[in-house]
Amino acid sequence: MTGTPVLEVRQVSRVYKRGGLFSTKAFKAVDSVSLTLPETPQVYSIVGESGSGKTTLARMILRLVEPSDGEIRLLGRPLTGKGPDRISNFEFRRLVQPIFQNPFEAFSAYLPVETYLRRTALNLKIAASQAEAAPVVDAALRSVGLSLERIAGKYIRQFSGGELQRISVARALIPNPKLIVADEPVSMVDASLRMSIVNLFKQIVEEKGVSFIYITHDLSTAYYLSDHVAIMNTGRIVEQGVPGEILDHPTQDYTRELMAAIPTIGARWTELEEIDRRYAVQEQKPAAPAPAEPETTNP
Amino acid sequence: MITVDDVTIGYGNIAGLTAVDAVSLTINDNEILGIAGESGSGKSTLMRAVYGDFSTGLRIRSGSIRGRFTDPRTGAVLESDSRDFPRLWWDQISYVPQGSMSVLNPLMKVEQQVIDGLPARERGNDRRALRARIARFLEGFGLPETVLDAFPHQLSGGMRQRVLVAIAAFVNPRLILADEPTTALDVVVQKKILLMMVEIQRRLRNSLVLVSHDLGVHYQITDRLAVMYRGKIVEVGRTRDIFANPRHDYTKALIAALPRLGGERARAGKEAAL
Amino acid sequence: MRRLTSFFEDAPFRLYLGLFLVVVFVIVGGILPWLAPTDPLEWYQSPRNQAPSWAHVLGTTSLGQDVFWLLTWALRNSLMLGLVVAFFSTLIGVFLGLAAGYAGGLLDRVLSFFMDALLCIPTLPILILMAALFGGQLALPAICVLLILFNWPYPARQVRAVALTMREREFVNVAWFSGESRVRILTRHIFPYIAGWSAANFINTVLVGIATESALAVIGLSSAQQATLGTMIYWAIQYQALLAQRYVWIGAPVVSIVLMFIGLFLVSSGLSMRSAERRMSV
Repeated sequence: MTGTPVLEVRQVSRVYKRGGLFSTKAFKAVDSVSLTLPETPQVYSIVGESGSGKTTLARMILRLVEPSDGEIRLLGRPLTGKGPDRISNFEFRRLVQPIFQNPFEAFSAYLPVETYLRRTALNLKIAASQAEAAPVVDAALRSVGLSLERIAGKYIRQFSGGELQRISVARALIPNPKLIVADEPVSMVDASLRMSIVNLFKQIVEEKGVSFIYITHDLSTAYYLSDHVAIMNTGRIVEQGVPGEILDHPTQDYTRELMAAIPTIGARWTELEEIDRRYAVQEQKPAAPAPAEPETTNP
Repeated sequence: MITVDDVTIGYGNIAGLTAVDAVSLTINDNEILGIAGESGSGKSTLMRAVYGDFSTGLRIRSGSIRGRFTDPRTGAVLESDSRDFPRLWWDQISYVPQGSMSVLNPLMKVEQQVIDGLPARERGNDRRALRARIARFLEGFGLPETVLDAFPHQLSGGMRQRVLVAIAAFVNPRLILADEPTTALDVVVQKKILLMMVEIQRRLRNSLVLVSHDLGVHYQITDRLAVMYRGKIVEVGRTRDIFANPRHDYTKALIAALPRLGGERARAGKEAAL
Repeated sequence: MRRLTSFFEDAPFRLYLGLFLVVVFVIVGGILPWLAPTDPLEWYQSPRNQAPSWAHVLGTTSLGQDVFWLLTWALRNSLMLGLVVAFFSTLIGVFLGLAAGYAGGLLDRVLSFFMDALLCIPTLPILILMAALFGGQLALPAICVLLILFNWPYPARQVRAVALTMREREFVNVAWFSGESRVRILTRHIFPYIAGWSAANFINTVLVGIATESALAVIGLSSAQQATLGTMIYWAIQYQALLAQRYVWIGAPVVSIVLMFIGLFLVSSGLSMRSAERRMSV
């Protein structure tokens, strides 16, 4: 592997102190996590449930939260600290852009949505004036299947969740970033639109050479989209590797549990057969008073 | 048990806004019925109308929703229009909503809220005996007695939802309506809750209506399935049959949109280049 | 502009009624005083203690002043006082509240300290004290400044609370990644959410300003040289208007205060109802 990795996360932790003045209870949201995103544009997924620390990790990469420990480097330059090669705010915003979970919270309700795109173009010096900004914004929107004409003058409540996420993607693309961090970008979008947005990400990686960090609790879309998957549980990465490998040879119990819990079409959950058996047997008992207190185990 | 007969539902007086359009549906005894659809399909509106909750301003413009309940203890048959269902809430009909936090009072302990919601016939006179009954019921689903002494915010989202499902079942209702009960929850907790709901249905032999946009969930646990799109039911039938042989284009699109674990991959072949 | 006019179409009735009352008072207080034939404060201009007539629409006082023209001047001064106090305390309050809520940290702690301290101090007793210190009467500009000082914490606290929640909202982060400066985020992205609060605060402060000054005046501590609604009541009481059954003299300022309060309250309430309606609509 030649060239500087796009992102290096080294032993990063985030600790929250609980309790009052004299308490030493600490809660580790992220516990010594390390990962590397190499130079080649790709999709790196971080999969985990709520409380696994994946969102905190994403926010540290986006520099919205400071790590308690460890270091994050973007293109070899540190995100935090006072050193001379620390990335300035301006450069950072040109290199990294976010896509957040809730499409209806992505923009102010009082400003036309296009404002954000125009301001991105102007503030990050992609365009020098309003006149120059319009074609830049339009091009970005076209790459996600929309256009400036279609969204001009409209407010957030006039769009659907899927459209808003596309607009967010367009906005993120304007400064031609190296990395887009997408935090559960499709979990609040309708099922039938999800795949089109996930496919859009794939298209962007290939056509624009942008890497994605894709945070999700949904192993299925992560498997479908990624080149590399890391599974997080209670603040640590418990398993990582290429999707095919993880699927065929999961090494951790947690991974197996996660995969078994996804409701898929094809194989019915074995627990359901158990439940049916238990209650079918009960039905056949003639004099059993209903509803009795059956000996139940944990579902 | 519930007959939805050519029902059209709108909101308030706004003429153009029809949430449910000439829908007919039957909810049978002893079955799990799924209603699948996305936002704007009208599934939540239909659910609310069946529940008899008109507080959000929904109005049945034409058609009727009627219910027929048999009390398991007395054997008496009760027929009524859904407008009168509020009498039967937490008695013959229970409701599990999507956001558990918005239903539970954050200032009251769980035990108090459970008992407050029970119908008179369940409450009896002895508070301690009642609590013991509830605790045993919860334990049957793997919920420790200590949840009764907790405040809602002290429990995790998954725990809260399981408590709500347990409470909904405790009163032995003939009909349980669950509106996207697991949508905000993670996959492992979702499975626990779905299995819990199936167990409840098998034990009580009642009707469970599950509204969800996730077809995988419907495939796993429902007996019959109705697919809604823009206020209409586009397909209805036995779940197995629909998945084996989807007839409507929308159903086909929904099924095709599900990513399969182990299925084709977008980035296959790129792994070698890395 | 179109959004502004559409805001006022189909509004709840109270908004129209309130606006009507406020406009009436603004005209009476703002325009009419310039039409007064003479300085209504001068004593013995007209026959004393006249009942309402064509020459003197609301009659005259025991000091020979025309009640109607006196009322218009009093209204003008009271309104101006109210507006000045409201304008500056809302301006300062919103600015400091936003800064405290959005910036957090030391700035927030320092500002919150001042807000809480000033909120704890009761306004009227302090004003009475100051009046006593300054020889028994306070000039209107002095009252203005003191009222601004005591009133800015109210909008500040409220705006600070809203700003604290705003900080957590995702679009603030999106704005940041769009390259917006912190100041622009406050003014263009966050402020519209606060505008409603600010408008309500402004109207309330007008009321508080007028009420406090009137309270001071009625006990004789406000400027005797200026006509305000409060001083008008004061003079009326001094000259036993109630005993002499000169109800119009004392009644006019009292009714004016009541009607103006009702009008402003209806506007405030109507604005919030209308905003809520608009938020709910598609």
